[in-house]
Amino acid sequence: MHALRVYARLLVAGVRRQSSYPLATLAGLVANATFGLLKTGILLAAVGSAGGTLAGYDVGTMSAYVWLSQGLLGSVNLWGGSDMMQRIRSGDVAIDFLRPVDVQGAAIATDVGKGLFALLPRGLPSVLIGVLAVGVTMPATPGPYVLGVFSVLVGITVSHALVYLLAVTGFWLVETRGVTVLYMSVSGLFAGLFTPVWLFPDWLRTAAEATPFPSMMMYPIDVLTGRVTGADAVGVVGVQLAWLAGVLLLGHVLTRAGRRTLEVQGG
Amino acid sequence: MIIETTGLTREFRVRDGLRRRTVRAVDDLSLAVEAGESVGYIGANGAGKSTTIKMLVGILVPTAGEVRTCGLRPVRDRRDLARRIGVVFGQRSQLWWDLPVRESFEILATIHGLPAGEARARTAELVELLEMDDFLATPVRQVSLGQRMRAEIAAALLHRPDLLILDEPTIGLDVLSKQRLREFLVAERREHGTTLLLTTHDMGDIERLCDRVLVVDHGRLAYDGTLDGLARTVGAQRVLVVDLATPADDLTGIPDATHVRSEGGGLRQHLAFDAESTTAARVLAAVSESAEVRDLSIEEPEIEDVVRRLYAASR
Ligand SMILES: Nc1ncnc2c1ncn2[C@@H]1O[C@H](COP(=O)(O)OP(=O)(O)OP(=O)(O)O)[C@@H](O)[C@H]1O
Ligand SMILES: [Mg+2]
Repeated sequence: MHALRVYARLLVAGVRRQSSYPLATLAGLVANATFGLLKTGILLAAVGSAGGTLAGYDVGTMSAYVWLSQGLLGSVNLWGGSDMMQRIRSGDVAIDFLRPVDVQGAAIATDVGKGLFALLPRGLPSVLIGVLAVGVTMPATPGPYVLGVFSVLVGITVSHALVYLLAVTGFWLVETRGVTVLYMSVSGLFAGLFTPVWLFPDWLRTAAEATPFPSMMMYPIDVLTGRVTGADAVGVVGVQLAWLAGVLLLGHVLTRAGRRTLEVQGG
Repeated sequence: MIIETTGLTREFRVRDGLRRRTVRAVDDLSLAVEAGESVGYIGANGAGKSTTIKMLVGILVPTAGEVRTCGLRPVRDRRDLARRIGVVFGQRSQLWWDLPVRESFEILATIHGLPAGEARARTAELVELLEMDDFLATPVRQVSLGQRMRAEIAAALLHRPDLLILDEPTIGLDVLSKQRLREFLVAERREHGTTLLLTTHDMGDIERLCDRVLVVDHGRLAYDGTLDGLARTVGAQRVLVVDLATPADDLTGIPDATHVRSEGGGLRQHLAFDAESTTAARVLAAVSESAEVRDLSIEEPEIEDVVRRLYAASR
């Protein structure tokens, strides 16, 4: 109970921190929209040349995919860097260990808070642009939205839990740029940022499904747009939760081990 | 015992050109501090002060030896210990950089599970005593160093810890800020009986705040006792600097004081004296008999100087 209140407070702190940088948020939105229009052009052309449906997408549902994925871009961490990575590098993580709170939980709660805040100034406007400028097809029943919002929440959390793993490699690696670049080179593709994972050739789709990346973006969009429904949708969220549990557990183990190797220099 | 170490040792492997070598930052250190004491932990740069503190609070795993803080094992019982100690590293911040100062206090109060009423009362108390009203709403990244330091100390004391550990809390502060901070710490200790362990390079901090001094040198305990005793052991001298109204010959005949040097053709003169055998006032009185003093200052012995003398004396 106490722990939950602490995480909730840190989540709010994340929201507040993000909201103190309105210009950066605006710049993010502009980039989102530009990139979204580009994606719309390419993917709707692909749907058109496939004769109106492509891998189950028509113009309306493909447009919904495009603008939801753009909307999530500010909330899901696809680039791999984090405050925690900086803090381990600088040694400030020592301060985190001086608090009566789980360091991993605290870091992820704060980052999820930042991600949730970004839904307002970046997520909603992106979707709105899609609705107004292009038109999207969304489910007419409430079910997909309820489960979809939860799925989005889990997706955002998976991404920050995964990025936390990259950060804690810093306990052993002097330079974490390598892992960040590696992450960045597969995260966007496998999360379904550029095209839906369902457009991939079989082998590539199978590879993507063997990673936690689709849980960050592709699956939440599938649930939210009603591409998967009912028991299937619950199953997809189950897969997300399983990835979340696995990634959190690994992060927990690495944090414990890493703490013993920590050698903070200076004051 | 609130702090107890036996044979505490910490080594680092460092790269030295192509070869690797081992640096022993803390070497077989055994010390004990009782609850309620106020201890200055001093030594030259690289002596091992910060490394010791990091082991006391559980950030750093010892290479060998035992350490108990508040009766707990710091690494294993980190979260329990965190509830009972407050720590400030002068060169790192525990505040949330991009949020207003007030919000850091709120977050910390939640983390420590303080009831809302108690959190509000304690924050108000600290805000008043540390005069933080002016910058409570300012983001931490925009406050001055002196303001931040006050906020750091408040953050460390919010949960009323039994033990307060300060690693160079006055670094970079001006004279007035130092003075205010010291007065606050004295009052806080009087009020709550908080145990204090403090590292500093400023002798003034030790003089005004600490009953007991530990000197560490090359990771080993070189002295444990009172500050007076330390001054007696090493014969550390204070220096009275006087600015005279008119240039005068070197003031060599002052009882219990020795003339160190003169500047500006005798306008400014430095007189060293032993705090054991005389006082600044007596030296000043003697100077005033032979010259008109316009201004004066007293230079405390440098900690580095004390340690160097101690080291020389022990050989
Ligand atoms: N993480 C580390 N890796 C390698 N060597 C280290 C590390 N931390 C400390 N040392 C070395 O250990 C010794 C003691 O350092 P420490 O920071 O404890 O000194 P200090 O007494 O706090 O000095 P200062 O007054 O400069 O703060 C130094 O020689 C330092 O270079
Ligand atoms: Mg130090």
